[in-house]
Amino acid sequence: MEGLNELAFVLGGVNHWITVFLIMAGLYIIVSRSNMIKKLVGLSIFQTSVYLLYVSPGKIIGGTAPIISTDFAVYSNPLPHVLILTAIVVGVATLALGLALVVRINEAYGSIEEDEVYGDGDWN
Amino acid sequence: MRGHLILRVVSKLLIPFLLLFALYVQFHGDYGPGGGFQAGVIVAAAFVLYALIFGLRATQKVIPPALLEVAVPLGVLIYAGVGVVTWGLGGNFLDYGMLDSHDPSHGQHLGILLVEAGVLLTVSSTMLLIFYTFAGRGR
Amino acid sequence: MLIDQFPAIVVAVPLVAAALCAIVRNETACWLISLVVAFLCFVGSATMLGQVQEYGVPLSYKMGGWAPPAGIELRVDLLSGYLLVLVSLIATAVLIYGRHSVRAEIKESVRGWYYAMYLLCMCGLLGIVITGDAFNAFVFMEISSLSMYTLIALGKDRRALAASYQYLIMGTIGATMYVIGVGLLFTITGTLNLIDMAERLAPLLDTPAAIAGMAFVVVGLSLKIALFPLHLWLPNAYAFAPSAVTAFLAATATKVSIYLLMRYLYTVFGFSFAIEQTPILEVVMVLSLAAIFAGSFSAIFQENIKRMLAYSSVAQIGYITLGIALANAPGLTGSLVHIFNHAVMKGALFMLVGGIALQIGTVRLSDMAGVGKVMPLTMFGFVLGSFSMLGVPGTVGFVSKWYLAIGALENGWWWVVALLMLSSLLVLVYMGRVIEVAFFRERPEGAPPLKEAPKSMIMTAWVFILACIYLGFDTSFTVGVAQQAVDVLMGGAQ
Repeated sequence: MEGLNELAFVLGGVNHWITVFLIMAGLYIIVSRSNMIKKLVGLSIFQTSVYLLYVSPGKIIGGTAPIISTDFAVYSNPLPHVLILTAIVVGVATLALGLALVVRINEAYGSIEEDEVYGDGDWN
Repeated sequence: MRGHLILRVVSKLLIPFLLLFALYVQFHGDYGPGGGFQAGVIVAAAFVLYALIFGLRATQKVIPPALLEVAVPLGVLIYAGVGVVTWGLGGNFLDYGMLDSHDPSHGQHLGILLVEAGVLLTVSSTMLLIFYTFAGRGR
Repeated sequence: MLIDQFPAIVVAVPLVAAALCAIVRNETACWLISLVVAFLCFVGSATMLGQVQEYGVPLSYKMGGWAPPAGIELRVDLLSGYLLVLVSLIATAVLIYGRHSVRAEIKESVRGWYYAMYLLCMCGLLGIVITGDAFNAFVFMEISSLSMYTLIALGKDRRALAASYQYLIMGTIGATMYVIGVGLLFTITGTLNLIDMAERLAPLLDTPAAIAGMAFVVVGLSLKIALFPLHLWLPNAYAFAPSAVTAFLAATATKVSIYLLMRYLYTVFGFSFAIEQTPILEVVMVLSLAAIFAGSFSAIFQENIKRMLAYSSVAQIGYITLGIALANAPGLTGSLVHIFNHAVMKGALFMLVGGIALQIGTVRLSDMAGVGKVMPLTMFGFVLGSFSMLGVPGTVGFVSKWYLAIGALENGWWWVVALLMLSSLLVLVYMGRVIEVAFFRERPEGAPPLKEAPKSMIMTAWVFILACIYLGFDTSFTVGVAQQAVDVLMGGAQ
């Protein structure tokens, strides 16, 4: 029976495992890549983990959209979805600004590799 | 853009329906999932499709970037303007119930329509402006 | 009543004005709009703080008429009122100061956008302080951060772009960490209102989700605060941003994140839990001391003065978080007083350096030889600011260090006091270098003639320098409000 419990632990939290995977994958990409675009991709993956973290507990099996009606009794909580809509907008804005900066950096330095940009010249 | 007859014909057929679908998503936001954010992105997608097929220059003739640069803050102003009007009517900021003196739920209906219109304007023009900015670089 | 609407006014009006500036885009008009709005926010904040002090009850505002905890609550108590006054005051002063410097450093075509971004940033910072809602704080944090990245990238030097990118990556990781923490807390409590969350969290504090949530929130905010060793974005961002932006950023941005950290540690998680059951305050203390020394040592070796002051900010942030870690009334008072004092003195120093940058064209130490003789007002202000940083009695620096030392002694940590003294010597070394070069070296032959920076810049900086001295004698505002705010913070624990 113990094996079954562990299986239930693994499967029951599958959304959280995916969240953890996305967090770690995103952070790993940000840390390990020196290409600025790839770093932004990692950042986006990192932010995506948040969307899942919020939205997945908000889902109730058999629940509908929270519209007042006598036909339905089980509703999903709309708040996580609203929050994540906002978080997605923030993510898009961050990504757009980040990419814009990378375009400008490319024009100014002729490179988007971090070693070449930060290694270039005197930062003091 | 001479060739690609199929692409041109299909996209010309698609774009009106994309815009219509955007309006559906916008106004269905009252009764189900939908609203200004999603609709704004769909509107922008229609124009991006047009730009991909017919070129950036043709699209910028339809919607010049200068217009978009005004449209982005204008959407914010519509949103915040609703809040200012509710102040004027003696309520709290964005208290839509104040907008109709007889029935607060009518006021809320009106308020959310106006606010979502502002959101639609800002989101669609922002997305399109982002596209213009990146597509217009490096030529 | 109009005053009931003030909490919404200080957030909504800058937002509307930012949109207006983005449409108008005429430099003078935008500057006037920004100045009027910032001053209005200052008056509003000061009125609200006065109101809260007088009646002793926090102002609570129901956004959109929805009652908390379901709706978003704007909440002004003594602590947030204090920070609101600080942010709006600095914002107003930097606008008066920055007119010339913006003209010199920012291309004409984007000056209108500069003011729009500046207002958005102010809106975000005020919003973080005034909101009583965890997720709303995240949204305001991102509004302020995104506009801040843009402002930094407007710097003349191409390194400003790279610094802004670096800040964007680190800042976004910080904000996302914070929002992950909030998500975990939201999942177990089902509420986002900070006060409500504190109540519902109390019986759940020893669950793994609460502890993980706390860890994420603290790490995320530490990144925004630039607490050592998460400070790597700060020196470059401060060094290459336009001068006016640096003055504003240094005086407000990190302070606001520190405020949020205090809120979480003391109000949401509760005083007793944060101290007794987790090692978080020990960790913060070790990192603060490390920040004070690492920041000061790095500052000694800087050639770029703005970068030097930036490293010194890392050290000063260490003093503020040290006060949080002391976790007693004098320590916290010292921390809160230092938030205000550091903003005033570092704001003044960055303003003066901005004047030097405008006249000489660089901020490298080697180009500053003999500047003290041709720009006496600027450099004399710099000397007084340095005294304040050093903590000479009669300046604001002394007041905050005094309270921190008392706080440390109350915990029996005399060695912390010794370290505080020692760290002041390091301040003497790096500020002394600048003063030595400026006053005791000759200007090189054939150097172009120099004159003082424009009056508006010197005057604003001097108002802050004089405030450093005035507030060093008359502590009734800073210490008075801070002590009352500490009572609120510590009282939330019972």
